[in-house]
Amino acid sequence: MSLDFFLGMFPKLLHGTYITLVILLLSGLIGNALAVGVALGRVSKNPIVNSTSYFYTLLMRGTPLLVQIYLLYYGLGSIFSHTPAIRQSFLWPYLRDGFWYGVVALSLNTAGYSGEVLRGGILAVPHGEIEAARAFGMSKWLMLRRVTLPRAIRICLPTLVGETILLLKSTPLVSTITVLDMMGTANYIRVQTFRVYEPLLSAALIYIFLTFVLTRIFRWVERRLNRDRVEPVQIAATAAPSPDLQPNL
Amino acid sequence: MATDLSSYLGLLSFGDKGWGDEFLAGAWMTIQISVSGYAIGMALGLCGAWGKLSGNKVSFWISESYTTIIRAVPELLLIILLYYTGTTALRNLLVMIGFGEDVQVNAFAAAAGTLGFVQGAYTTEVFRGAMLSVPKGQLEAAKAYGMSASLRFRRIMFPLMFRYALPGLSNLWVSILKDSSLISVVGFSELLFSGKTAAASTKDYFFFYLATAAMFLLLTVMSNVGIHFVERRLMRGVRRA
Repeated sequence: MSLDFFLGMFPKLLHGTYITLVILLLSGLIGNALAVGVALGRVSKNPIVNSTSYFYTLLMRGTPLLVQIYLLYYGLGSIFSHTPAIRQSFLWPYLRDGFWYGVVALSLNTAGYSGEVLRGGILAVPHGEIEAARAFGMSKWLMLRRVTLPRAIRICLPTLVGETILLLKSTPLVSTITVLDMMGTANYIRVQTFRVYEPLLSAALIYIFLTFVLTRIFRWVERRLNRDRVEPVQIAATAAPSPDLQPNL
Repeated sequence: MATDLSSYLGLLSFGDKGWGDEFLAGAWMTIQISVSGYAIGMALGLCGAWGKLSGNKVSFWISESYTTIIRAVPELLLIILLYYTGTTALRNLLVMIGFGEDVQVNAFAAAAGTLGFVQGAYTTEVFRGAMLSVPKGQLEAAKAYGMSASLRFRRIMFPLMFRYALPGLSNLWVSILKDSSLISVVGFSELLFSGKTAAASTKDYFFFYLATAAMFLLLTVMSNVGIHFVERRLMRGVRRA
């Protein structure tokens, strides 16, 4: 173990960290935007829309993310590369790159998980507020934009934050499809230098650091968005076990 | 590459030509490592939760750092790290205490141990939360009856705690079932690995990864049905609103 080795490894890992953060940002934004659609579909009364989005969440949450990534990159990718029309199109440079397959797979997966969370939030919006919005004569979309969604997002914000941390911990899976994110870089250094501990442990430390920083940032956002509540509501610590779980003595 | 429906079905047949038997063997291996990893995780989780709640400072810090570190690092990184370094460390240890010149660590044990060690951190948190929700009076009453600590745990704490832990444990089962696919990255042969092998040798990537996904979906849906029954059975004595 030498200092030179660390100094040589560090810039590479930093660049990997940058790629990891870009993937996290892109798939977090796209995934959560799609999640709104999934959640609205799940609460829709139209049976076709409802069952489609139910099936979507079942697929995304019932199969491993790694399989989804392989299905897109190797499966769809091999179909694309055998289709001359796509090979010659201007999109081919993107469709050849593992990066975009990774972003799409992570976004679709997040949409499934966060959609289900957001559905819970939408269902938890107090009835009176929706009735009040209706009494004001708001149209369906205005109500959604001004009342239902902002309320739902605030209600399930802690869970959505948890999902984002989980997303950060899922990003290393893109290293299996040739993307040199932080994990990919660390693994590359491991294979090149036959040193296991130094690159992998450094990557682990950077991930711990990223998790720590992200939780801090989100805690600040949560507090800012819930400024109207003077005291953060503490449910878990103070409340007694819910009455329906009490033993029936 | 296969061209029509019957040749695709042929790819999934049993025997030399098809990959059906390899797939089933892979699925069976996925179930085996998931069950073993889950059991190891449960054992570690009980120890960890006990360590956090026992009031002993040393055991508290050991369990606290275990759960904090494991839960902050991505599973894939942990699995690669533990699988390579864990087996080397174990082998060196076994050679050092005189188990012969060179000891090979069984791949199955390494895979299950790795998954279980990661899962244990999450199980610890589930058990800890569940133990905290057991009404204090129940434990005090047991103490007043003069039950020993182990009897108290066996008869009062565990059965009561288990109900609260059940939803969390069910989630963890489904998640280890899916996370077990990560072990294919280090070359351990389970369901995803059989899918990968089949896809690479027939060049039918899309078809075989789709089949792998369908197989995993079948496993998780069947698990959900099973979980539903277990939950209903264990909740028999609980009043519902």
